[in-house]
Amino acid sequence: MRRHISLYGLTFSLPLLIWQLLFFVFPLFFLIALSFWTVRNFRMEPGFDTVNWVTMYGRPIFWQAYGTTLALAAAAAVLTSALAFPCAYAIAFKLSPAVQRWAVFLMVIPFFTSYLVRVYSWQVFLSDAGIINVMLGWLGLGPFRLLNTVGATMIGYLTLSLPLVILLQLFSLIFVDRTLIEAAHNMRCGRLRTVFAVVIPSARVGLVIAALFSFILCFGDFVSPIYLGGGDPTTLSILITDTTKSGQQWPRAAVIALTMIATLLVIAFLSVRFAYKGREK
Amino acid sequence: MTQDERGRHLSMSRRTALSLGAAALATPMLSRRAFAAPTQLTMLAWYGHAEPDIVAEFEAENNVKFVPKYYTGGDNMLGLISQSPPGTFDVILSDAEYVQQLNAAGYIEALDPADYPFDEFFPEFHRFPGHWDGDTLYSVITRFGFLGVAYNTDALTEAQASTYDVFWDPALQSKVGHFDWHLPNLGQISLLNGNASPYDIDAAAWDGVKEKTMSLRRQIGGFFDYGGTFSSLNNGQMLAFAGIGDWITGTLEKNGAKVRSVIPEQGGLQFTESFSIGKGSSKAELAKKWIQYITSAKGQAKSAQMAAYPCLIPNEKGWDVLNAENPQEAARQGMVPGQSNAMDMIRSGRIKYRQLPVQQSLEEWNDFWSDYKSA
Repeated sequence: MRRHISLYGLTFSLPLLIWQLLFFVFPLFFLIALSFWTVRNFRMEPGFDTVNWVTMYGRPIFWQAYGTTLALAAAAAVLTSALAFPCAYAIAFKLSPAVQRWAVFLMVIPFFTSYLVRVYSWQVFLSDAGIINVMLGWLGLGPFRLLNTVGATMIGYLTLSLPLVILLQLFSLIFVDRTLIEAAHNMRCGRLRTVFAVVIPSARVGLVIAALFSFILCFGDFVSPIYLGGGDPTTLSILITDTTKSGQQWPRAAVIALTMIATLLVIAFLSVRFAYKGREK
Repeated sequence: MTQDERGRHLSMSRRTALSLGAAALATPMLSRRAFAAPTQLTMLAWYGHAEPDIVAEFEAENNVKFVPKYYTGGDNMLGLISQSPPGTFDVILSDAEYVQQLNAAGYIEALDPADYPFDEFFPEFHRFPGHWDGDTLYSVITRFGFLGVAYNTDALTEAQASTYDVFWDPALQSKVGHFDWHLPNLGQISLLNGNASPYDIDAAAWDGVKEKTMSLRRQIGGFFDYGGTFSSLNNGQMLAFAGIGDWITGTLEKNGAKVRSVIPEQGGLQFTESFSIGKGSSKAELAKKWIQYITSAKGQAKSAQMAAYPCLIPNEKGWDVLNAENPQEAARQGMVPGQSNAMDMIRSGRIKYRQLPVQQSLEEWNDFWSDYKSA
């Protein structure tokens, strides 16, 4: 019987295993190998040379870009989670099931359009002669520099991750045990205290995973920093394109990419550990 | 022969059917020449060079279909070639400074100068630097342009924009943009620093260029690719731009945007585009025919007005065709013979060739550019 279950399990997990091997494990090993190759006359030469690691880790710009990217992605994850929570909470606890379904549908709609198009359309709002500045002009204010700023990059990050974070938060809030909330109310807990003492701890795993997804998406994003941030400050994704554009330094770009992957793995591990802390008891 | 009505009818019917069948079977054979699938010609080029406004006539006349692969810079172009098997690209468009590297790497075929209309070209373009290795030709110049100060005509006058110092104008803080490529930008700063050969500078001059460039950093509103440069100039987000010229502002100006380019008093840079035949191309004859077409007077006039971005052309007779076809555009670009025109700028020494750095490595210039961007 055990043998049958194992075969059954293997049969159904095999496609996933093959998929992961083909599209994650092998490319990852290739990326590691590539980071030790060298480039001569725009041609990559296989070998084992640590020069790319030494060069990239020895450049202040790399660490500046690393710190900037980390800070921007973390800020985006916190901001997105904070903005998403009231929305997800309202949908989960205040709306009828029918309206909830419509709300979820509306959340999914942004995914039907290209992220690049959505980011480009923000330029129409944020440019000096854009809609926001024109409206501020009617009030005798501005024009303010909105485009090509860190704030504009952050708006792009929110555009990218907010709908997904709301959905993930929503799915975790829906499964919060309602009896706990009623018990809190019976014990004269106010609404705000109930949220912080009962709802958030109960939905902690989903909320942390949602924030993690936001961080992952923003950490590797290239579109918003370029088209809304004007490429300033340099993020790791911009540094990768700069590195490959000049002299075809793909091995150096591999060093940046591997550092990004390692960072995301560590952040994901710590986040999941925090999310499930105390759950195994 | 003595068939009855029915028999004749049947016989005719059979004959008709056979005739129709034979005709149907023969039709593809008879019309194979007329309806043969077009020969595919692969072109590696900047965006726009294999678009219908440029290639449609040649395609129709020669039953050819261009398959373009567009790139966004010389390094990118070399990378694409180095990662492709020999013979992948039949026609290669390259900026002049990269032709030598294409040749050194063995990516392009030697050409016979007699095949191309050099006698119609201005003398300055008969033996363009880098296109020849000794007496062997490797690339044929097809168009060129000048890089200077691009500016918003509502914000700046031509006189104000006629110096690179305008980039440091406090009124333009955060309104100066860079076309995100180190060669043209650093070359312009080198000109501003008074380097007669902007790319052939010693260590002290290079330090001077770096210092001067860094002092511009707080003025910069962004670093833009091709599309971003277009949009930020068009919507007035950037009021002045370094590293570009009429090849971008010309298209915008023709479409009503309030932008222009000017060659400042410190001089301008010349970029040059030329066509080569890819090493190992199985369609070298057709590729040669294309280069002959686009460098002919007719093809040159077409190239000068290319929808993606206009350019100056080296074929003097092409100037005549352009003036006959579109005198307004010829005047706008400064290609009217007998008047003060684009050639005067070259001949007076105001324009320097854009090159790869001579005394420093390309990597050194690029690394500084990355540092500058993140400063």
